[in-house]
Amino acid sequence: MTSYLIRRIWQMIPTLIGVILLIYALFTLFGGDPAEIIAGQHASAQTVEVIRKQLGLDQPWWVQLWIFFKEVLTFNWGNSWATREPVSHIFLTRLPATLTVMIPLFLLTLVLSVPIALGVAYVRGSLTDRLTMMATTIALSISFLVYIIAGQWLFGFELSWFPIQGWTASVWKNLAFYVPLPVLLAVFVSLAPQVRLYRSFFLDEIGHDYVRTARAKGLSERQVIFKHVLRNSLIPILTDISLQLPGLFVGSFLIEVFFSIPGLGREVLLAVNRSDYPVIQATTIYLAVFTMVINLLTDVLYKLIDPRVVLR
Amino acid sequence: MQRLRHDRLGMGAVAVVGVFLIMIILVSLHLLAADWADERGAHYANPTFLGPGPDDLAMIEPPPGKMLDLSAVDPLAPHYAQIEQRTRQLETTQRPRVRTLPFGGDRYGRDVLAKVIKGSQVSIVVGLASSLVATLIGTLLGACAGFFGGRVGDGLEWLYNVFTSVPYILLIFAFAAVSGRGIVSVIVILGLTGWTGVYRLIRAEYIRHANREYVRAAQAIGAGPLARMFGHILPNVSHVILVQLSLNVVNFIKTEVILSFLGLGVSVDSVSWGTMLNEAQSELILGKWWQLTAATLFMAVFVTAFSIFTDSLRDALDPKLR
Repeated sequence: MTSYLIRRIWQMIPTLIGVILLIYALFTLFGGDPAEIIAGQHASAQTVEVIRKQLGLDQPWWVQLWIFFKEVLTFNWGNSWATREPVSHIFLTRLPATLTVMIPLFLLTLVLSVPIALGVAYVRGSLTDRLTMMATTIALSISFLVYIIAGQWLFGFELSWFPIQGWTASVWKNLAFYVPLPVLLAVFVSLAPQVRLYRSFFLDEIGHDYVRTARAKGLSERQVIFKHVLRNSLIPILTDISLQLPGLFVGSFLIEVFFSIPGLGREVLLAVNRSDYPVIQATTIYLAVFTMVINLLTDVLYKLIDPRVVLR
Repeated sequence: MQRLRHDRLGMGAVAVVGVFLIMIILVSLHLLAADWADERGAHYANPTFLGPGPDDLAMIEPPPGKMLDLSAVDPLAPHYAQIEQRTRQLETTQRPRVRTLPFGGDRYGRDVLAKVIKGSQVSIVVGLASSLVATLIGTLLGACAGFFGGRVGDGLEWLYNVFTSVPYILLIFAFAAVSGRGIVSVIVILGLTGWTGVYRLIRAEYIRHANREYVRAAQAIGAGPLARMFGHILPNVSHVILVQLSLNVVNFIKTEVILSFLGLGVSVDSVSWGTMLNEAQSELILGKWWQLTAATLFMAVFVTAFSIFTDSLRDALDPKLR
């Protein structure tokens, strides 16, 4: 196991270097001139020159690339170009807000979609199944935006069940008042694709021979589906969960924008609109690292769930 | 093809998609919705079936009674004659604004029906074009990786890992941060970030096919690697490519709508379903629901029809079901 872990971590390095190179190339070759962006629209040519020297933009590209590497490794990206707030401070303060929304969202979706998908797989082929599939197809074709706009208007404005927007400094007050509506809407929207996906996992499992054996042994359909098929479907479900985890940290930026939640997703969106490169670069690279770590953890977790898995 | 024809629901979906395609061809030829930017209606004009709303464009009646003579205190008094002469030289045309429009009007009085048709053209063209680009890139790279293997395969695997280790939305944001706005930008962004799914599938297919006998036979009769990759293997994996193409169209349309909504997509002087939803956000509070409904309806109908079409296509082309 240790040698496997070491080898995987070793393999992560070229990928990480690749991500750093990609982001560096993207922003240097195609982005605007950082000195001009920082200086603002009314700066003199002198100010721009001074800023260039400070940022080290007059140095050859390999020196700049090395500076970039150092920034990544020491987590020192300097200040945001737009607000002069240290980038690390931005991360630390915005992350809790994002997680306060995304963790309940993630858990609730998981807890709801697995049983629903299991239930639909149980009655596969019947009218319920086909109606559910048709409903999810239609539900998927309506943009998430529409759900948020209509939901905010209906539940917040017309019925006044929830506050339309807002956030406080207290986690519990947030969870009680400001988190329910966004989470409700987002769960409602993510149920459709998740149910479809998990249903296809379950149907794949049901086609296997051991299910036929279990039925031949005399087990009830309920036992077959809810005990055996579910356990064996855990691997693809786990893969799907691990694919979603990095997304939790960017948060659903749409939710954060609509509900004015000061989270990381909204911060990245603001950064894109303001050409605030350090924030975008930092978020992208650290989330890439996070994704790789989560992938490694998932692979290790496979071994725990399914003893037949051989980690090579 | 015949199996697709037998699938009633699929053929219905194809018909709906066909109607949309005809519509966007007409729009591209400027035969339809060419005047979408024309501000010919009253602000927030009602839809025709609701009847005209309150007439807030009506002229305000001047107060009754004689007008006061202010020439004693008005500093502009000496210039009255000149001002009078100049205004008489100017010609302004005041086109009367229509009180109701078929699907209602937006804030500036633009016809929502024309906007949503034009928006359909923009969104669907972006979806189709970016899907083509992404599928093309994914197929080319996947074919090379699967066929050649070795160093080329490893290099492309590395590229794939680099692109998939960043969360998709973040990658799109990073690309959007450095590119301008506009239809071509969106197509490039979506195409350059969306090739990874196709790549993985095509690479797996090519690995499977590369050692088959028919490929070896082709090699024996002297077919070079390019001919083997694209002349012999490609037709056998075309069903995977087609299905991926259709899947990508749906996903890219949805992504484009979100990008346009955030202002990162098409430019401000053009309209897409996303920009309409952006405007609809503030209109709903005022009770004007028609732009939201129109955009949602058109988008839902097209995406549902295209999804059903993709499912039927996949069922029809799946060799395992033959």
